[in-house]
Amino acid sequence: MTTTMTAKAALLSALHEEMTRDDRVMLMGEGVATLHPDLVMAFGADRVRNTPLAEAIMAGCAVGAAASGLRPVVDMLYAPFLTYAMDALVNSAGKLRYMSGGQFSFPLVVLANTGAGWGVGAQHTHNLEAWFVHSPGLKVVMPSTAADFKGLLKSAIRDDNPVVFLNDMTLLHQAGEVAEPDDMLVPLGQAKVMRAGRDVTLVSYAKTVHTCMAAAEVLAERGLSAEVIDLRTLKPLDMETVLQSVQRTGHMVVVHEAGPLCGVGAEVAAQVAERAFGALKAPVRRITSADVPTPASHVLEQAFLPQADQIVSAVMAWVSQPAAA
Amino acid sequence: MNSIQALQRMLLIRAYEEKLAALQAAGPFPMSCSSQGQEASAVGVIAALSSEDRILTNHRSAAHLIARGADPARLLAEVMGKATGYCKGKSGSLHISVAELGVVLTSTIVGGELSMAPGVALARKMRREAGIVACFFGDGAACEGIFHESLNLATIWSLPVLYVCENNQWQAFVRRKETMQTEHISEWGKGYGLPCQTVDGNDAHAVHEAARAAVAQIRDTGKPFLLETLTYRQRGHFSGDDEAHISDAERAPWLKRDPIELWQSRLLAQGQLQASDLRGLKDEALARIEEALAQAQAAPYPSPEALLTDVYA
Ligand SMILES: Cc1ncc(C[n+]2csc(CCOP(=O)(O)OP(=O)(O)O)c2C)c(N)n1
Repeated sequence: MTTTMTAKAALLSALHEEMTRDDRVMLMGEGVATLHPDLVMAFGADRVRNTPLAEAIMAGCAVGAAASGLRPVVDMLYAPFLTYAMDALVNSAGKLRYMSGGQFSFPLVVLANTGAGWGVGAQHTHNLEAWFVHSPGLKVVMPSTAADFKGLLKSAIRDDNPVVFLNDMTLLHQAGEVAEPDDMLVPLGQAKVMRAGRDVTLVSYAKTVHTCMAAAEVLAERGLSAEVIDLRTLKPLDMETVLQSVQRTGHMVVVHEAGPLCGVGAEVAAQVAERAFGALKAPVRRITSADVPTPASHVLEQAFLPQADQIVSAVMAWVSQPAAA
Repeated sequence: MNSIQALQRMLLIRAYEEKLAALQAAGPFPMSCSSQGQEASAVGVIAALSSEDRILTNHRSAAHLIARGADPARLLAEVMGKATGYCKGKSGSLHISVAELGVVLTSTIVGGELSMAPGVALARKMRREAGIVACFFGDGAACEGIFHESLNLATIWSLPVLYVCENNQWQAFVRRKETMQTEHISEWGKGYGLPCQTVDGNDAHAVHEAARAAVAQIRDTGKPFLLETLTYRQRGHFSGDDEAHISDAERAPWLKRDPIELWQSRLLAQGQLQASDLRGLKDEALARIEEALAQAQAAPYPSPEALLTDVYA
């Protein structure tokens, strides 16, 4: 049984189900109680809390609460505001389990919106995922479909580690098929093959998975079969699925919206070079945004975003002849 | 607070800090930030807490940990990076937490403890668990923005936090007076709507009475309280510091008001303690620290495989 819902509705239904299942789960953020009266109604004002506009203490409070028996979900609104919360997330949530020799756990989820496409400029749009991937002790999730928004959030809430859960804003309003409760858990750390293919592996996550799917359609028209992999979780990173695919196709393009330098794509490319060099028939390509703040102007923003035709051109540059039918 | 036990704890803390300082002077030995001079503040407050209460503290935490009953052998082992340390050698001197004593965090990020304290208190409150949260921090941490956010949140959410600002006159290498126009941190707290009090932090009795009243009020109302203890960091900022920035003229009046000597003379004057007992108590503290050191020295280092454990649950 499946129903159609937006990714945003999927997130809310995940929250609803997990808060019902486990009374240690609570939600806090700047307006979560105002905007979700249904959650307040269902779970009470204690468990759905408006906070002051103070991201550092919101994050710190979540970390302290997680260390002491709650399972907080904290909504940070937009990813750039995470810079205010970095200390608690990076220095406390990520490090204190290790530094305490395993005495404390930090089961919390940090929600933040990210992703260009709605013209609000760089202080509301910044793909910061690589910062958190680089922070030991954290997990990082970035879904691309409504079903994964739900299934991954449920797994993130149940995880005993701090999870940074990044929502691409343009995806939030897209509808998708979502299964009924029970079979909804999507495990953290498992990539998904969105489309099987033989000739090239397109690796991506979040919004640009759909860009890869569109490119794969165009490539198919040209006789090329592209495999599209959605990483879904950036940490832990499922390299096995990527490596197996590249072993078969011999070609890889990594696509993401964050900048190129030290990004997730750089890591995926490096691991493929280290672990599957012999399988590569051409150098790995990365298609990312430019290393600039996200522009507000629609025209510039589109120029910033990776486009399907860039992926198609990259692949066509390697393969001048269509593969044998 | 049992007067003699309080003295024993203060003497044990002093013996621990002096031993560390001696080891560091002889070197090589890992660094630490000494809490020497702040014993009355630590012992006075911690004696007002119950076993179910939680504690968060900062880099100058040895006094708090020992006052709470931490085993000096395991503390020393942690400082030395040994496997028997409270955090298996993964903390070092600066971030020792001890779950079994309710010490959730020792933060060396200045203000990190202020950041987590409301959350620990929120968990207690929402889970209807008895107990309050005592959060120790310095006057330097009070200059971080998170101080404001923490006190404000704890107040509006009515969280049972005893904020204890140990105003020891220094913020690493910066004089407190260079960074604040007001004399007392407690004056800052007033604006948030929580009760605030400043006490003589070198007088164990005054600290304890104030902390007892504050804790009772927190248990009663569920609301936070800010207690400022005026005290002095008798050593430099950290063990490698040559202390050239501290003049004898500055130090002398504070040393004259050494918290342990104040306490001893009070007990002697009251007849609660004889001079001969005092010698015995001091020897006992020294002996315990020597024994602890021997244990820590004999303890094994972690195996290299431990590098990769305890990262994720
Ligand atoms: C965020 C941060 N900034 C700076 C430092 C360096 N530092 C360590 S302790 C310290 C002084 C803290 O002063 P205070 O809070 O008064 O505590 P005290 O050392 O006096 O006990 C500083 C600046 C740090 N550890 N963390």
